[in-house]
Amino acid sequence: MSFRAQKKGENYELSVDLNSEYRDKRKDAIKRTIASMTVGKDVSGLFPDVLKNMQTDDLEQKKLVYLYLMNYAKTQPELVILAVNTFVKDTDDPNPLVRALAIRTMGCLRAEKIIDYLCDPLQKCLRDENPYVRKTAALCVAKLYDLKPDLVLDNGFLEQLHEMVSDSNPMVVANTVAALTDIHTAATGAGCLPNDPAVFVITSTILNKLLIALNECSEWGRVAILNALARYTPQDDKENDHICERVVPQFQHANGSVVLAAVKVVMIHMRGVRREELVKQLIRKMAPPLVTLLSSPPEVQWVALRNINLLLQKRPDILSNEMRVFFCKYNDPLYVKIEKLDIMVRLASETNVDALLSELKEYASEVDVDFVRKSIKAIGQTAVKIDAAADRCVHVLLELINSRVSYVVQEAVVVMKDIFRKYPSTYEGVIPTLCANLDELDEPEAKASLIWIIGEYANKIDNADELLSIFVESFTEESNPVQLQTLTAVVKLFLTKPDSSQAIVQRVLNTATKDCDSPDVRDRAYIYWRLLSTDPGAAKSVVLAPRPPISIPRTTVAPGLLEELLGEISSLASVYHKPPETFVGRGRVSAESVQRKGADLSDDLSSTQKALQTVAAGQQSENLLDFDDAPATEGQPSGLAATEVFSQTPAAANLLAGTSSNPLDDLVSIFGGSGGGAAAGGLGGFGALGLGGFAPAPAPATQALSPISTPAIQSPPPQQAPQQPQDDLLGLF
Amino acid sequence: MISAFFIFNQKGEVLISRLYRTDFKRSIADVFRIQVISSSDVRSPIITLGSTSFFHVRIGNLYVVAVTKNNANAALVFEFCYRFIAISKAYFGKIDEEAIKNNFVLVYELIDEICDFGYPQNSEIDTLKTYITTESVVSSIIATEESSKITEQATGATSWRRGDVKYKKNEAFVDVVETVNLNMSAKGTVLRADVDGHIQMRAYLSGTPECKFGLNDKLVIDQKDRGSIDAVELDDCRFHQCVRLHDFNASRTISFVPPDGEFELMRYRCTSKIKLPLRVIPTVHEVGTSQVQYTITIKTVFDNKLAATNVVLRIPTPLNTTTVDCKVAAGKAKYVPAENVVVWKVPRIQGGQECTLTATASLTSTTTRQVWARPPIDVDFQVLMLTASGLEVRFLKVFEKSNYHSVKWVRYLTKASGSYQIRF
Repeated sequence: MSFRAQKKGENYELSVDLNSEYRDKRKDAIKRTIASMTVGKDVSGLFPDVLKNMQTDDLEQKKLVYLYLMNYAKTQPELVILAVNTFVKDTDDPNPLVRALAIRTMGCLRAEKIIDYLCDPLQKCLRDENPYVRKTAALCVAKLYDLKPDLVLDNGFLEQLHEMVSDSNPMVVANTVAALTDIHTAATGAGCLPNDPAVFVITSTILNKLLIALNECSEWGRVAILNALARYTPQDDKENDHICERVVPQFQHANGSVVLAAVKVVMIHMRGVRREELVKQLIRKMAPPLVTLLSSPPEVQWVALRNINLLLQKRPDILSNEMRVFFCKYNDPLYVKIEKLDIMVRLASETNVDALLSELKEYASEVDVDFVRKSIKAIGQTAVKIDAAADRCVHVLLELINSRVSYVVQEAVVVMKDIFRKYPSTYEGVIPTLCANLDELDEPEAKASLIWIIGEYANKIDNADELLSIFVESFTEESNPVQLQTLTAVVKLFLTKPDSSQAIVQRVLNTATKDCDSPDVRDRAYIYWRLLSTDPGAAKSVVLAPRPPISIPRTTVAPGLLEELLGEISSLASVYHKPPETFVGRGRVSAESVQRKGADLSDDLSSTQKALQTVAAGQQSENLLDFDDAPATEGQPSGLAATEVFSQTPAAANLLAGTSSNPLDDLVSIFGGSGGGAAAGGLGGFGALGLGGFAPAPAPATQALSPISTPAIQSPPPQQAPQQPQDDLLGLF
Repeated sequence: MISAFFIFNQKGEVLISRLYRTDFKRSIADVFRIQVISSSDVRSPIITLGSTSFFHVRIGNLYVVAVTKNNANAALVFEFCYRFIAISKAYFGKIDEEAIKNNFVLVYELIDEICDFGYPQNSEIDTLKTYITTESVVSSIIATEESSKITEQATGATSWRRGDVKYKKNEAFVDVVETVNLNMSAKGTVLRADVDGHIQMRAYLSGTPECKFGLNDKLVIDQKDRGSIDAVELDDCRFHQCVRLHDFNASRTISFVPPDGEFELMRYRCTSKIKLPLRVIPTVHEVGTSQVQYTITIKTVFDNKLAATNVVLRIPTPLNTTTVDCKVAAGKAKYVPAENVVVWKVPRIQGGQECTLTATASLTSTTTRQVWARPPIDVDFQVLMLTASGLEVRFLKVFEKSNYHSVKWVRYLTKASGSYQIRF
């Protein structure tokens, strides 16, 4: 068998051999034909020659010819008709394997001409005495529906399938359920009415049959049945309990997909379980099998980890004592390690934080840069999450900074900034060490973080002006986020130490307004300038206002979406943490449904998204909320979206209210309006009224301006805004 | 469900291609080649482009790929890929490019049998072997009867067993194989120690035997007599599909009709009271920037009648190592520059003994400031007749209509391969 390049006239040679008088030679020629077909060569020209070999007692040869037919039937519809006779004859063969093979293949031919001949044999096979033939025929109905739904309805195949749910053979039941579900999905996907015959409603009679078949059928069949059970709407509480109790034994199945399917059913029907004690028992029984999934091959492990992540968002206590099993092994694939990190932080508590920190420190010395960065980030998250452990976390971070490995230092600086946000004025002793590493920093995010720290603690750092002047010096060469932070930090410095920093603030405002291309930087510089020149007191209360501390969001998806995803456990949706509509079918979702679900992330890998991501990257670097950017590794979520999505989760809403509301919002809210839309309007006002020279377009401006939502220049919440500045600001206009 | 199934070699050539559904063309294979095989940065086993998702498993030099177009069951797809790999190994002895190319006809037969219209079907290796064979089956009267039986069995409630098995001597072998996972910190504290256990059974029993199996598992013991000292607490167990899960859930009894021949009866996990069979005490000193000194001692901590065999330690060295000078009291040690490790092999260490390796690695000077990551020392070993968890088989009872006498054998093995890691 050669997979090599085509020789001249290979097809001709094959055709000669296919017509050979010797049986072996013919069979060998068929094999060669299939080999050519596999590598993508066009052997459709041999159709009639292959067809001649269909009539044979040799099962293997028959299968080969069938395989060929399945591939080329579509291209040679008029010739397929020649094969029909043999097929129909085969469905009457005494050998059940031959009957099943014939009916299986006929369903796959997908040629218009042959379909009409399929109905009679299918009718017969659905009633075959042999279960193997029946289970094959059941799936064939789904194949037929896929091709020509009318034929299925007209021939009453659906009714027949419904009868077969009561079949004595569990495998037949499983395949029937699979076929009915397939038809159901196809029909609902095409937008049929709820009373369409193709809709597969699971009644309580069916439920009982499924529960019986569940314990007897093959592993894959169990998954099909469990999926059907997940769709059942229980009539009363008792039924809920009953289903959960019957499904729980499946947690012990060797096949990971059965375990996850059972978890899904239990999670869905547990919603209706009223008995608190039963819920507890179910949760307790669920934990060990989930942990066991971690000894599966890495890919299955990964799917399990993504699902465990979801389950933990719903029930944080489920694996509270199991953190150690999530420790990364040195040879785990990166995608597994990163998921484990995320879960470890979720499980972190005061009791296990020591073990966690020593692990994280270990990971920070590994080779893979991405993983190291994520580990350091995890240390920061732990510090923010567990107050009692903050000291130890800072200690570990300092040790890491002393390693002087460039990316370690940079990530540690970024993380330190978050810790300063959470515990203001607690760790000022660390600042000298951070500043000592100034030269190491070359990434915008790290630079911006350090500048923020310097600005924030300008009154405590003696040489703050010297440090900042380094950045002012190179202002025009820095990236946008760094420029914005420098600007803010210098203004803060000026407000705390007005005497010594008059020159530097003048200089930075000058440079920012005159030599800068970015409208954001110019805008911000102008605002500061006006504020400072009009009323330094107002500037002080706006720029130096205390910021509310940050916390880690417990969930990464909106509550509504979380419930939906828990109903999709083990599916792609649960792996991506996104509703299925975002990647199935047309691949796009309407803006409304996005709003409704609170998840944006529309077309994951589309080019628009990529473009957006590039734009967002800059903003993300400033966004304190990007704590949970584990999904970012898959390249789907966008930083920009994240900020907006977060606003819909209650946990994050609090955060947003305090931490990253646009200062312009606050300005505007002083005038009686608030909210994003108003902010845009207010901005327009600014442009028109005060800051002539650039004309911001309101709609995109909200997005373009979101960098301003950095923590650095938080204005006080409206209610705290003193009366004084309000008047002054009004005076501005 | 699964819309297409492909096998690629390392170069991205299609070895097997089977489209179960018509949602796409054969050219979809090219997309995978471009996106995954030729891409240097693949960070997820699932790639979704538009509405098409590629699930891939890499095994040796092959890519086993399943393609779906809907919100597919990810766990099921991967389990299916791994099942295919297991079946291939059982049929061809190995799975690599050569095996697939030489047997591509059989592979097509198999993937058509184990998956229909994208829904996985019967994939029990023993059953498959009865009707998908390497020799061609000629349809005859005898074959017809035979196939009837096979198909009844393949779909029956005990799809894993034919009813007419006969043996002169009825025997059952039980192998308890425990894989120890250890993660030990540089200070010698155990970060993680657990056991993944497999109970492998080879049943050569006539007729349709009904088996009952008992372990010194705490949950079972607790019901009968409280306070048993040697009871083992299992965190979780999973069973072959022949085990009646319902019975286990209700009364913790493991009862089943075994498949004929070899199968994995049970898998379990245990984390409490793990007896680590091997202790490794590493002392590693970096002398300046030009040398690293190692003193590694292994101690066997189990009964001196038993022995650890095939002990292999892989001791990492810095990337800029030039030579390593090793001295060992037992076995052989060799520096493998390609992997940056010293491999120390000791064929046999009796229980209660210890061996030491002393080595000095010479380093060249480098300009990079990257510190040495110090990957953990990895230990592989096997100890026969020992279970790290302390698990024992209490009984295996076989009931059959004809009431024959059966002989049962139990064997224990504790091993580690790639998961026994000691940091230093």
